[in-house]
Amino acid sequence: MNSNPMSRFTWPQGNISSDGVRKALRQSILEQIAAATSGHPGGSLSLVEILSAIFDGNFEHGFPAGFVPKTEVTSTSSKMGLVRENLSDGRDRLVLSKGHGVPALYSALSFLGYFPASELVQLRRLGHFLQGHPDRNHYDLMEASTGSLGQGASVALGLALGERLKFETKKIGRLPRVYCLLGDGEMQEGQVWEMFMAAPKFQTGNLLCVIDYNKGQIDGPVKEIMDLEPLGDKLRAFNWTVHEVDGHDVSALKAAIAKSPITARAKPHMIIANTVKGKGISFMEHPTQWHGAAPKPEQLEAAVKELWGSTQPACGRLLEAKV
Amino acid sequence: MSTFKEKLTDSTQKPKASRNSFGDHVAELGAKFPQIVVLDADLSKSTQTQHFAKRFPDRFFNMGIAEANMIGTASGLAMSGFVPFAASFAAFITGRYDQIRMSVAASRANVRLIGTHAGVGIGEDGHSQMGLEDLTLMRSLPNMTVFQPGDDWDTTQFIDWSMKHEGPIYMRLTRQNLPPLKRTETVLKAGLQPGVWTVLNPEDFDAADVALLLTGGTLEPGIAAADILATKGVKALLVNANWIKPLDETLVNRLNDGRLKLIATVEDHFSVGGLGGAVAEVLTQRGASKPLERIGVTSFGQSGTPEANYDHYGFTGAKIAERILRRLG
Repeated sequence: MNSNPMSRFTWPQGNISSDGVRKALRQSILEQIAAATSGHPGGSLSLVEILSAIFDGNFEHGFPAGFVPKTEVTSTSSKMGLVRENLSDGRDRLVLSKGHGVPALYSALSFLGYFPASELVQLRRLGHFLQGHPDRNHYDLMEASTGSLGQGASVALGLALGERLKFETKKIGRLPRVYCLLGDGEMQEGQVWEMFMAAPKFQTGNLLCVIDYNKGQIDGPVKEIMDLEPLGDKLRAFNWTVHEVDGHDVSALKAAIAKSPITARAKPHMIIANTVKGKGISFMEHPTQWHGAAPKPEQLEAAVKELWGSTQPACGRLLEAKV
Repeated sequence: MSTFKEKLTDSTQKPKASRNSFGDHVAELGAKFPQIVVLDADLSKSTQTQHFAKRFPDRFFNMGIAEANMIGTASGLAMSGFVPFAASFAAFITGRYDQIRMSVAASRANVRLIGTHAGVGIGEDGHSQMGLEDLTLMRSLPNMTVFQPGDDWDTTQFIDWSMKHEGPIYMRLTRQNLPPLKRTETVLKAGLQPGVWTVLNPEDFDAADVALLLTGGTLEPGIAAADILATKGVKALLVNANWIKPLDETLVNRLNDGRLKLIATVEDHFSVGGLGGAVAEVLTQRGASKPLERIGVTSFGQSGTPEANYDHYGFTGAKIAERILRRLG
């Protein structure tokens, strides 16, 4: 067995929505959480296709000129990789309002070249930039500090208003889109409905919310804890454009994003992504069991084997196998 | 001999509520600073953001009666590079504590939270509209600057200072008018210094028996109390304690080291955790050599005229003087 298994991990070739990359994202999510021995695998795994569809589309990262997303996966001098100053004003923004799903975002950003993959296993370590929930003071490319549910929604609206104001006053040359990823349990917070009322008033057509409707929350199925239905009707009644899609079908998600054009003054856009909590790992596909439980070593091995048919996949491993 | 009131307040100028000072000044600054945006939650005629709204409609956002969303939206605007002033009644804005904690303070968002209608001084609207715990809540949050202006000059100076400051701010304003304080040329020239209070009668520093630390709406009755105390042979040192965080720790320690018999804080705010609490923390840190009398509100308020309320809750010159004399024994 390799004594330094982290060096053996390499992101698969291909774009972020390819089958192989999505498997590697799922594997790295679980390895992060296993390394931290805590975290939220269920609601991270349900986000993978949503993030893939967003980042495989026309997402403007604002990378510096000449920036080549790095293929290196091991820390060198700069552990954090890109910081805010490296990115241009006028870039698109992504607010992860369901902050507990952040391992999925960390994996996606690492794949995109923001920071080396070897950092992922430092999740939740004291002083590290990969905090347990997005924290913009530890990692300034987290657009909002979230984790107290409902709050990212309002921050996203403020960003959408601010970026539009900069665009309309010609401070920036393009109208950025603000993506806001919401959890379904989070929809029970009054604050999100305050935002849902406000965004159509301000006609922030550059705001796109995606609800990760994985139907589960800590205490049980969403339907039992506090039902959201009829969700699409409610959101349409609030004057949003609403698309309801299979949240694990990347092309359906991309089509819904394409049907939600970035417009300065128009209805804001909502995609209800019907997802499965714990998606991709059969024994984790459950509304509650894997909400906030880290996989034990043997469970991680079983999950990796299910993803790839082998505990030693071609992309390598972030964590040494402990079977 | 002239009274403290004549000596310290400027009767040639009209008293002005600090909410009006804020509303007028932020509307003026709008032209100079295109990065200023203002948010309100359906109280723009009370918080006085209406003036900015009229002049800069594209940079004014009426968020409706939804303060939580207003605070988060302000945070997002700050992250977009703007300097948002988000205003509501102190009770309602600081009542959205988790939103302030997470989306403003922990996020180090460059947001100015403006809480008007501070204290029992608002009068008839009664307890539900009175911000009485806001200083306690706001000053406990890391990164937060907390300020309560004593008059028009304080308010406009602080807003000017805030435009050079990066970080979250809470400013507490009154509904009632505040008499303008007299200031020496030196003070006017130096301008407002962060964490530095103004001693209104510095010539009495070494002779005073009691220091009255006054803030916002209690400056006027506190000055009246000093005149009453003088007739009883008690000399008061009067302080405009406008910076709640950072506090003027240097001055508090100097008072503690001086020949005073008593330090008193007077605030139209709960007596727990506000100015009095903050001063107590400083005094005990080094070892208090002076007793501290914390004069504040100890129950929820009620309806009444502002004058009746100030009398009932102990904020008239007579009531403050009586309390000091009792404590001095």
